[in-house]
Amino acid sequence: MSKPWDQLTWQEVEIGGVLTEPGTARAYRTGDWRSLHPVWDQRRCIKCGVCWTVCPEAGISELPDGYFDMNDYCKGCGICAKECVTGCISMVPEEM
Amino acid sequence: MAVKASRVGMEVSIAVSIAVQLARAEAIAAYPITPQTHIVEHLSSLVANGELDAEFITVESEHSAMSCSVGSAAAGARTYTATSSQGLALMHEILFIASAMRLPIVMTVANRALSGPLSIWNDHGDIMAERDIGWIQYFVENGQEAFDHSIMAFKVAEDHRVLLPTIVNLDGFILSHVVEAQEILDQETVDRFLPPLVPYHRLDPDKPVTMGAFAMPELYTEFKLAHEMALTRSFEVIEAVWQEWGDLTGRRYRPVERYRTDGARVLLLIMGSLGEVAEVAVDELRAEGLPVGLLKLRLWRPFPFAALREAMAGADLLIVCDRAVSLGGAAPPVLAEVRSALFPLATRPQVLGYLVGLGGRDVQPGAFKDVVRHAQSESQKGPSQEFYWAGARG
Repeated sequence: MSKPWDQLTWQEVEIGGVLTEPGTARAYRTGDWRSLHPVWDQRRCIKCGVCWTVCPEAGISELPDGYFDMNDYCKGCGICAKECVTGCISMVPEEM
Repeated sequence: MAVKASRVGMEVSIAVSIAVQLARAEAIAAYPITPQTHIVEHLSSLVANGELDAEFITVESEHSAMSCSVGSAAAGARTYTATSSQGLALMHEILFIASAMRLPIVMTVANRALSGPLSIWNDHGDIMAERDIGWIQYFVENGQEAFDHSIMAFKVAEDHRVLLPTIVNLDGFILSHVVEAQEILDQETVDRFLPPLVPYHRLDPDKPVTMGAFAMPELYTEFKLAHEMALTRSFEVIEAVWQEWGDLTGRRYRPVERYRTDGARVLLLIMGSLGEVAEVAVDELRAEGLPVGLLKLRLWRPFPFAALREAMAGADLLIVCDRAVSLGGAAPPVLAEVRSALFPLATRPQVLGYLVGLGGRDVQPGAFKDVVRHAQSESQKGPSQEFYWAGARG
């Protein structure tokens, strides 16, 4: 899209509001909304991946060394912290 | 071009279902409701008997019927459904979504009063509650028009300059259940007129798209304006398709039909099957020497502003007959629309409104004659009301 989406005219918006390009949600960093975010204590993490499995928003990514961390799409719901087997995840307020 | 057609007597509902069969509908999701039932029952039989190659999806409600129709149209299937009254009301939220997604679904609404009190009989209360859904909306007067419009509706809706769902309104019972002589076209002719649907966008795993996404405040207005422009501009395609149909069948349609309007100083205006009753009233009043004519509004959305202004030229008094109420409002829906359409004009006729035929109350030619005489009298002495409840006791 050559023009910023918020400057499109009625003639330029796609018929039916269809998004013709797949994966556009990636460009919208839903993590901007969160008020809390998870922090992993790697000393207690056993790399089981339960946090990654239960995350409803694919907001957790696996790191190259097998540990986990949030990504730009984590909304801070805290399910990972609740379900973590060893209790290694704590929810920390966003800094302004 | 030779047109093969047979003239047969049949119930209008059956003729509509045959039109949908001839249009080669590919997906039909419907829930039976009086007085639409015969249409979808017959389509169900046609599918079950192998006479129509379509998915007939039985659903548990009209909300699901319209949701299903959105899905099948999004998948690129020529989609048809039909409903009435409470069923249409139950579809309400999905009707806006179907049109905003620009899916060319065709639906017959066998018009019926809304509850309450519970009424299965005919008026236009059901469709007037759905006035602003952004669909193309026609009204038909007789069985032949119902058959013709049920085929033409697909061609207009699917045109890539239009891409809008469409409702063909036909009066419940007093039109849907009558047996009339109708010219039924053959399959070859309909195939020539109506080519297979070419979807503009469709759900396709090989070319994924997102449908029904949200719009941020920065875009919602532009989407609504694009929808409005598509609906108003569909007028040209509607007229072109009517022209083509006229060349094919000899039956020509106009957005505002006229009956004996030459020299008319008083004009009645109505939508739907009561037009033929009003014709009788006009004939009788003309015989009495009264210069009365009749306008029949065929196209409700997009509203034919220019055609209406042209059609009423020369009249001193325009009498709008509504078949739905707008409780607590300025005027019933058609009257409100017509007044708005004429208001900017430097010279315009006096416009008076009458509510007729609510909840299936029989309207005979005499009722229209009474309305005309009452309107003339009110016009002379200055109207006492914004609009009148014709024939209401008390």
